[in-house]
Amino acid sequence: MADKNIEGSFHLTGGDFTNAGAASSELKSIMTKLNISPHLARRAAIATFEAEMNVIIHAVAGVMYYMITPDCIKVVLNDMGPGIPDIQQAMREGYSTAPDWIREMGWGAGMGLPNMKKNSDEFRIDSVVGEGTTVEIIIKIKEDKTP
Amino acid sequence: MNIREVMDSLSSDVKTTKGDLGHAVTGCYISDLLSDVMANAKEGEVWITLQTHPNIVAVASLKNLSGIIITNKRTPEEETLKKAEDEHITVAVSPLTTFEAGGLLYKLLRC
Repeated sequence: MADKNIEGSFHLTGGDFTNAGAASSELKSIMTKLNISPHLARRAAIATFEAEMNVIIHAVAGVMYYMITPDCIKVVLNDMGPGIPDIQQAMREGYSTAPDWIREMGWGAGMGLPNMKKNSDEFRIDSVVGEGTTVEIIIKIKEDKTP
Repeated sequence: MNIREVMDSLSSDVKTTKGDLGHAVTGCYISDLLSDVMANAKEGEVWITLQTHPNIVAVASLKNLSGIIITNKRTPEEETLKKAEDEHITVAVSPLTTFEAGGLLYKLLRC
């Protein structure tokens, strides 16, 4: 477990499907090195990968910032994207605005935001249409009760 | 059962060299929706899909899956195989349909 705060960030480029998942994968290996329990690392990886994909699918660019403390894993994604007009609607399972070619790749099933929320202990999303979206994912380390 | 035995029983052509062919296969998940695999596949399962693009490797790696089987003889993209080698994920192509591959694996792993 981390005994001090570890932080860093990754730049994400919209449309860069070839490297999609690289930031989440790197973050997962950082968590593994810090001896964070595998199932917490896995939850974090699922949530961050979905968030990373959303930036790649919808935004021009974004930043994934992470901070790992003895108490929690906190990841904030900030993007320069179209923004979400109705967050409640976007959070609904099955709702997606992804174009057909993204859906043909097996993304855009409207599962991304719900998956992020399910795998987080705290989840926040803020968006301004025409400016971008910020997603905050917190996974608690100390309150972890799952085996 | 390990991934080599699974690949052999589905007449699969293994396209990678660096994945661990002795990796134990704990089950199988079948889906072409990547978020569904992220949400529901379990560690050690082998994944059957029609998707051929590089993101499948990232998903398999993040979920610690034992391997990927692409059915219906679809050809994985070159970048997919390159990433699979980097991540040590076994990728194979099977001539079987998803139904046939899934049916055979169900018998092998569950019966």
